[in-house]
Amino acid sequence: MSLTPQDIQRLAQLSRLQFEPEAADRLLGQLNGFFDIVEQMRAVDTTGVVPMAHPVDAMHGLSQAVADTNEHGITLRLREDVVSEANQREANQRSAPAVERGLFLVPKVIE
Amino acid sequence: MADLHHMTVAELSAGLKKKDFSAAEVATRFLARMGGNPHHAFLDIHSEVTLAQALASDEKIANGTAGPLEGVPIAHKDIFVTKDFVTTAGSKMLKDYRSPFDATVVTKLREAGMVNLGKLNCDEFAMGSANENSAYGAVTNPWDTTRIPGGSSGGSAAAVAARLTPAATGTDTGGSIRQPAAFCGITGIKPTYGRASRYGMVAFASSLDQAGPMARSAEDCAMLLSAMCGPDLDRDSTSLIVANEDFSRLLAVPAGDKPLATAGKEGGALKIGVPREWLGSGSQIAFESNAPARRSEGTDKEIQRRMEETLTLYQSLGADIVHVSLPQAHLCIPVYYIVCAAEASSNLSRFDGVKFGHRAKNFTDLADMYEKTRSEGFGDEVKRRIMIGSYVLSHGYYDAYYLQAQKIRRMIADDFQTAFAQCDVIAGPVAPTTAWQLGDKAADPLANYLADIFTLPASLAGLPCMSIPVGLDDIGMPVGMQLIGNYLQEASLLNVAHRFQQVTAFHHAKPEGV
Repeated sequence: MSLTPQDIQRLAQLSRLQFEPEAADRLLGQLNGFFDIVEQMRAVDTTGVVPMAHPVDAMHGLSQAVADTNEHGITLRLREDVVSEANQREANQRSAPAVERGLFLVPKVIE
Repeated sequence: MADLHHMTVAELSAGLKKKDFSAAEVATRFLARMGGNPHHAFLDIHSEVTLAQALASDEKIANGTAGPLEGVPIAHKDIFVTKDFVTTAGSKMLKDYRSPFDATVVTKLREAGMVNLGKLNCDEFAMGSANENSAYGAVTNPWDTTRIPGGSSGGSAAAVAARLTPAATGTDTGGSIRQPAAFCGITGIKPTYGRASRYGMVAFASSLDQAGPMARSAEDCAMLLSAMCGPDLDRDSTSLIVANEDFSRLLAVPAGDKPLATAGKEGGALKIGVPREWLGSGSQIAFESNAPARRSEGTDKEIQRRMEETLTLYQSLGADIVHVSLPQAHLCIPVYYIVCAAEASSNLSRFDGVKFGHRAKNFTDLADMYEKTRSEGFGDEVKRRIMIGSYVLSHGYYDAYYLQAQKIRRMIADDFQTAFAQCDVIAGPVAPTTAWQLGDKAADPLANYLADIFTLPASLAGLPCMSIPVGLDDIGMPVGMQLIGNYLQEASLLNVAHRFQQVTAFHHAKPEGV
């Protein structure tokens, strides 16, 4: 199965990217080259294998290393949902492209 | 007394404590060496910030409040955010960006007393194996300036090799500490995933990204790692709840008839496992890349020879070499590039031209602003990975690609546990070749991906792993050997490397003219 020029357009839209026609052509070839290699992976029988989203999940016998082990396996820790940082609006907005009265400016979205 | 810039972290630290020289003298020496930015290793330098930190260190040394690494310089990969230096992540997207805070790793190393020399060049968002994806230009290899230094922590490796800094931070997502360390003849370690905080590390692939030190010896790496790691529970949800360790503690294990024996499991010699899949057909311990046949160039003969010589030397030190198997390891390239692309496409969605970073000048509406901003700000490799990520996460393809990759990731991690039932550490090549010529693979992204064949499996599993110099090839370029340990076994891993470095001089070798 190969990607088509239409796929590139659809993925570019999903990715919020734009490509000139020549760059899109080149990208199509490169992505199809990559997905050729992916084919060998698709053929592997993974029946019954639990997906591994992060390595903490594989650290068997290291339960002290993580917060929570339940019937779904190891879940990642979340901190308490409380305010822990002082207001740093000015520092945080210093690198913003456009700010006015402490608000981030974007192009008009509602007429 | 040796020249300051030839001293290791351990030597500098000892000399500073004895007041043989001051932190200001040390900083001044390295700043002078950095003048003219050799090898294009640095992206931001502020000598006044560096000198102020050095003077503060001298004061702490004088009044007896010095940290463990007080006054020793370090430079940071430009993927760690810093208040006092610009942070670009090698991207036009973050040109001139100033973070309002320091990364945890940067803070911890400063608290340990280290003086910041500046920010080091790297592949854009740490995506690359040659450092040619930096928006600010490539880094050259100090051993041969027509060659790449490796990537993505290429500036870090080149700066340490050229003695522009005694140590550097790096990050390793799929080999980005180990491979440039190998290509530049230095030592680098990626700890167990979750040991070092990811807070303030510009995110590429969150389930893989891990910080680690790059320096000239295992001894130095152990000192640096002890200062860098530790729980950061409120700021990184994958930070491990394990007390930090003194990673140097096993370095001094006394040498007997079998000096390596003490590093292994109780009551026997150290067992070094060599994956069968990384072996060549001919020799007893020869290596061959298991990359897909279509593109496989195999592993360079010179690298195979250095591996054989190194393992033979380990045997003479009392280690046993055993064969182990990593049957799914050859699938690491598609699995890794699907997982990291998926995570990258999600992580990089934050670059929208609104809150920080680049914003396009000309656009028609909000959507067009997003698209123009991102198209102008990101380089080709970053765009490729975002596109792959969008594809493998999209409706109808998720199960076949992303979920399947996560399942094989589990199989690869399980294979390592089976292997570690038979050995204490796993040894293998870092890369199928030594550093290639600048531009050689620049137009061929797939060729870059395939060169990661030996570093990706340990990354996917989240295991601690390192690269140590084991000699040069026939054209004088450094060869690295990879050592992989089981989870949280960094201290043993560093012992194994340190033992080797005590009886060899490969890690002392330096590029001509340095």
